[in-house]
This record gives sequence, structure tokens and C-alpha cells, in this order.
Amino acid sequence: MTIEIKTSTLEPVRNTFAHIERRFGDKPATRYQEATYDVASEINFHYKPLWQPEYELNDTGRTAIVMEDWYAFKDPRQFYYGSYVQMRAKQQEVAESNYSFFEKRNLARLIPDEIQRKVIRLLVPLRHVEQAANLNNIYGSSLGYGTAITQALLYNGMDRLGNAQYLSRIGLILDSNSGDALNEAKRYWMDDAIWQGVRSYCEANICVEDWFESFVAQDAILDGLIYELVYLQFDQWLADNGGQDFSMLTEFIQNWNKDTNRWVDAVMKISAAESDANKQLLEQWIGTWKAKALEALAPLAEEMVGPEALAIAENALVKRLNKAGLLK
Amino acid sequence: MAAKKLNIKDKYRLLTRDLDWDFSYEDRKQAFPYEEFEGIKITDWNKWEDPFRLTMDSYWKYQAEKEKKLYAIFDAFSQNNGHLNVVDSRYVNALKLFLTGVSPLEYQAYQGFAHVGRQFGGVGARVACQMQSLDELRHVQTQIHAMSHYNKFFDGFQEFSHMHDRVWYLSVPRSFFCDARSAGPFEFMVAIGFSFEYVLTNLLFVPFMSGAAHNGDMATVTFGFSAQSDEARHMTLGLEVIKFLLEQHEDNVPIVQKWIDKWFWRGTRLLTIVAMMMDYMLPNKVMSWKEAWEVYFEEAGGALFKDLARYGIRMPKYAETIEKEKEHISHQAWWTFYTHGHAAGFHTWIPSDKELDWLSAQYPDTFDKYYRPLWELAKEQEAKGERFYTSGLPQLCQTCQIPMLFTEMDNPNQNSMRDSVFEDERYHFCSDGCKDIFDEEPEKYVQSWLPVHQIFQGNCGGPGVEDVLSDYYKMNVGVDNMDIKGSPDEKRWNEWKGIA
Repeated sequence: MTIEIKTSTLEPVRNTFAHIERRFGDKPATRYQEATYDVASEINFHYKPLWQPEYELNDTGRTAIVMEDWYAFKDPRQFYYGSYVQMRAKQQEVAESNYSFFEKRNLARLIPDEIQRKVIRLLVPLRHVEQAANLNNIYGSSLGYGTAITQALLYNGMDRLGNAQYLSRIGLILDSNSGDALNEAKRYWMDDAIWQGVRSYCEANICVEDWFESFVAQDAILDGLIYELVYLQFDQWLADNGGQDFSMLTEFIQNWNKDTNRWVDAVMKISAAESDANKQLLEQWIGTWKAKALEALAPLAEEMVGPEALAIAENALVKRLNKAGLLK
Repeated sequence: MAAKKLNIKDKYRLLTRDLDWDFSYEDRKQAFPYEEFEGIKITDWNKWEDPFRLTMDSYWKYQAEKEKKLYAIFDAFSQNNGHLNVVDSRYVNALKLFLTGVSPLEYQAYQGFAHVGRQFGGVGARVACQMQSLDELRHVQTQIHAMSHYNKFFDGFQEFSHMHDRVWYLSVPRSFFCDARSAGPFEFMVAIGFSFEYVLTNLLFVPFMSGAAHNGDMATVTFGFSAQSDEARHMTLGLEVIKFLLEQHEDNVPIVQKWIDKWFWRGTRLLTIVAMMMDYMLPNKVMSWKEAWEVYFEEAGGALFKDLARYGIRMPKYAETIEKEKEHISHQAWWTFYTHGHAAGFHTWIPSDKELDWLSAQYPDTFDKYYRPLWELAKEQEAKGERFYTSGLPQLCQTCQIPMLFTEMDNPNQNSMRDSVFEDERYHFCSDGCKDIFDEEPEKYVQSWLPVHQIFQGNCGGPGVEDVLSDYYKMNVGVDNMDIKGSPDEKRWNEWKGIA
């Protein structure tokens, strides 16, 4: 037996907006579809931007990647604003309880001093990498084309600010809110030879003009390697060396990476599958930026985990790229 | 050691402001290339006062709570056929105007704030703009979702995105935002962050939402309440921007004043559609346009400009003209739409006798003298079965793109026309304000994609206007538009409500 409440049903005139119907047929649409497809303006922009008179305000020409339909970049997570913030709110709730558990029980006192020093030198400066990632993703969101990819880039850009803030809070836990650990970490970022390769990589990428190239250099290459190296391998190393409780503080970023990689991989796969020209271009960018990133990360990988670490991370990244149809 | 308690300001500085660094390997100017060309001088970004200090984790948390509540209402609204609770089927036309004319502006605001949120060299300003960008994306998406249900039961919502890029009157709001986005980053902030979001939002966003509240539209008004705290944040950002620019360098003052003059004029022209919506399209009136203008601009705006006087900023140019316009523009605009009702994306109608009396009472100095006679004439025509439509296409102002429908404010029988010659070509304007804007940057405004010119040049299909309307605009002429009387919208409404 089921309970059936009688409601009055009115026959709708149409199921969804006309542009959604043209893409998906005359049937009820999802909220992701209505919030995403064909929302951005395509023609008749009136004025060329004073800051880039060679382009229209919305212009496909700001990247060398060519797509017949920029709405091909369906987000596997189907994030529109509402689903995005609700997902992150759930994750931050877990993170919040982890951070307060850690702080309330003062778990830092159980972590050997040299491990704490290592975290300040090798983990906390990554907040600046997140800051670069914020800029690069917002860049793509502002100058990219089609809501499917530009909204995901915006969510990603804001996530990176969130990640930077979580990493900063690790510093504040270790320095009892004095800010000393953060200042120390920034000095490493600015002056310690071990960080200069990564910093120069970040500065170079912030200056890249092609927004898709910048996405590849940041989200696919650098993030792909850092995820493997830092949030999997270094995390394990910490766990094996008396710093296992740090995992509570990096769990958010770890899960975030896992989730975000699905979207990054989808973007790579869809753009590569579009044409040989795209594929060649992507492989050229991957070649250049991966070489740079490996060189930049080498001293860090060695110091974090050991001599094998970087090769393992590279291997995992290449596997992901292979699955996206690249480098094979 | 017990951790010391951080105050919000220090915490925010440590978590956000200190993330930035000085470049060693690249030229920072290459990373932030658009900060100088407008002539604005920034001596120290560190002087930026964060207008709100929201970390991302709190942002997600607060916003998710609001979204959860909002979508619960949307679900209940459609499950229970909430559209049946609006006051009558005329009201829904205000929503059509909103979805086609205003929601896409939220999208452009998302893009514009993302752009400045990437391009400003100061991390504090950047992050504030990024959050606003994300909010604006929220607004366009939640508005689409709020209207999604109406789209299923009324005509005229279905091509909102297609129409926004093309239709003649929609080029007014659209070109306004394209203008701001194509300007430099600081002008964008004065245009949108300050003039639009801080001063004019009570005259744009609020009237639509109050209209929803007064006319039984739960979906839209719930969106309005949900967006209120976002708007409050945007207003504090708008004010901080202006203060920051004025305090950074005295050379900024004349530049900012010029932008304020421009964007207030542009803004008031854009508000014409709101004026008409308030006075004519809402079956249950919130207040007259004139009253709204007096409360939100003359009183609130007046106080603001008094406050800014210490920086050397004065009231926007042509404020006196605008003061006279409040008596006229809504009437002139609705008359234009009524007579061009076959080319609008929504239905038009003659105000009821009760509404005509309300207008007479609200506009004692102008309505009976100039505008009531037009409606009496229209009523006679309609009674004879000769509902009147104009066949001609209006000339548009080169700057604001509104048809040249306005009159001289001191002589409402005389159309207001101005012109300028640039590179041997003559350009036409509806007002001194619009002519000034053109004369300041003619290279920019000669680019205006004027819908009527484009039709005459054959760039919008054709050959006839009917073909442009149906093929290029994708309007169902006679279904989506023309008079509400006899429309499918009205017919369905009467069936649902059991009105014979």
C-alpha cells in the first residue's frame, strides 16, 4: 500500500526553455542544464574591450584550443552554484570538526618538533601555490568561453582560496596564532632554494595569456603532481613518522583533489577528443609544463619523502593523462 | 602554550591578505597589466579596507544554508502550482521583462567581477570581487530556476537568452553592462560596484522583488529575500571602492567624478524599464516610480553625495534633469511598448480605470495633462475593435539605445533630440547626458550595435519586420506578445481560475 495525496495537475505548455529543448529534446530538464547551457552571450557585444581591443567581450579566440561547441565540457559533478556550495558546506563541516578536535586536544604537542618544522617548511608554503591557482582559475573563468567550463573554473578558483586558508590554519595551529609559522613559511617561499623552482613556475603561469594553457599548467600538471606527492605520499610519510594527526588537517584538500580530478580529467579528455590539433597542442603544453614542474618539484620531493617520490607522482599523472587519451 | 585569540581583522589578514607575494621571476605588471591605462593612481593596495571578512569555509556554510531553504521553496512552489497564486496573468509579464532584461545582467556581472577579481593587484580587493562574482553567478542561476516553473505555464520566457543578445529594447540593459565590462577595471567598479550596486540597486532589484511580494509571487520574492544579504555585501564593496580610489590620490578625483556622471546618467536611462514596470505592469502597486525615485535617490543618494563632498565629489551631472524626468518617463515608456506591442517579448494593455485614477493621483502635475488623454484615445480605439499598433521602427539613441521617445522635460510636447558629428558621420541622442557620454569617447560609442540600424542594414534577417521578429528574435508573434486581451496566457489563466 502506498499513500497517495491527490494534487491538481496542470498540463504545462512546455517542459523547459527553448535553448535547452534544442539541445536535449522536449522533456523536463535538470537544474544543472537550465543553469548552465547557453546562458552566456554569444553575439552583438557592442564595444570592443578597451583592455583587449583585438577580441570581443566573450570570444573563443582567447585560447588556441578550438571547440565546435564549448558546452561540450559537461561537469561530471554537475555543479551549478547551489549544488556546489552545498557540497563544499558538507565537506567544510567535517573539516571544521577535524580542526576543532585537533585544537581542543592540542594534538600538536604529540608531534615531534622536527616534524612540525618540516611541515612549516614543506607543507605550509603551499598556501602560496593555492593563491596562484586561485588567480589562474579565475583568469580562465573571466576570459574563457561557455558557462559549462567557466563556472567550473570559478568554483575551482574559490576552492583554491579555501585550500589556502586551510593550509594557513595549520600554520596558525603550530604557532599558537602568532602568525610566526606563516611568516617563516613565507620566507621559505621567497628565499629558500628548495621553493624557488615552484615559485618561478607559479609566477610564469600567472603571466600565461592563453587561459586553457594556464589551466593545463595549473590544474592538470602542477596540481596533479602535488596531489600525488604531497597529499598522498608526504601524508603517508608523516603518518609513518609521528605526524599522522596532520591527516585530519589535510583531509579536506585530499578529498577535494579526488573530487576535482574527475572534472580536470573530463576537461582534458573532451578537449583532446575534439580534434588532432587540440590533442597535439595539449601534448605540447603538457610536455613543456611537466618538464618544468618536475624540475621545480625535484628538491621538494626528495626532502619530503625521498629520491623515488617524484617518479611515482609522475607515473600516476601520466596514467591519468593516458586515460584522457593523451601522451599515447 | 595557550593559543592567543585572533581578532577577525588579524585572522583575515593572515588567512587572505598575506597570501600574495612580490614577484622575482616575472614582471608583476605582466601579471596585472590593466591597472594603469585609465590614469587611476594606486599608491598602496595595503590601504584597502576589506569590506567584509568572510573566509571561504564560512561562505560555503552560510550560502549553502540559504540555498537549501530557497530550493525547498522552489520545489514546494512548483509542486503546488504556485503560479496560480499570483494576482492576475498580467503580473507575469513583469517577470518576463526581468528574465529577459535583468537576469542576463547578473551573468555579465559575474563575468565582470571575475575579470577585476583576477586583474586587481591588491589581494584584498581581488578576493572581495571574486566573492561578488560567485554571488552574481548565484543570482542568475537562481533566477533561472525561479522562473523555470513560470516558463512551463506562460509564453515569453522560453527564449530569454537568445532574445537578450538581439531584441531591440533588450539592447538597452545589455549595452549598459557591455559598456561597463569593456571599460577598464576601475571604471567597471565605479560603474557597477558603486553606481549600480550601491546607489541604484534599490531602484532596480528591490522594485522587482517588492513587486513579487505585493503580487503573490512566492518564488521570486523568496529569491529576493535570499539574495538580500549578498546585496548588502555588494553594497559595502561598492562604497569601499569609491573611498579607496578617492583616498589613494587626489588625481583620481576628477576621473572618478567623470565616471560617476556617466554611469548615473546611463543608470537612470536603464531604469526607465523599471519605472514602467512599477507604474504599469504590476497589478498591485508597490509605490509609484516617482515616489521610489524620491525615497531612494533624492533622499538616500543625496545624503551619500553630501558624505562624499569631503573628497571633492559633487552630485552627478544632470541630477536636476533627472528630477524632472521622474514625472514622465514611465508613461512615455509604457506608451511606446503599448504601441509597439507586436515587437515586445511580453503582453501590453491599457491600464484599467482604477489604475488610471491611481496614476492621476500619483502624478498630479503631469498625468492628466499629458498622458491620460493618450489612454482615453486608446480605449476608444480598442472599443471600436481598432487596437492600435505602430508599424514604423523607432530611431535609437546612439548611447543608451532607447528609442527617441523622451521629450524635453520642460516641454513634454517636444521630442528631445541631440546630435554630434564624428568623422563626418552624424549621430543622434535622446538627451544632453547621452550626447556628453558619446562626445567623451566617440570611438567607443560608434561601435554600438543598434538593433534598428541592424535591421535596416539586413543583418537581422528579413525582409519584413515580421520575419525579423519571428526568425531572428524567435518571438511567437501574437502568442508571446501583443495585447493581453485574447492572448493564450489570458485564456489559460481564465481556465485555471474558472473565469468565464
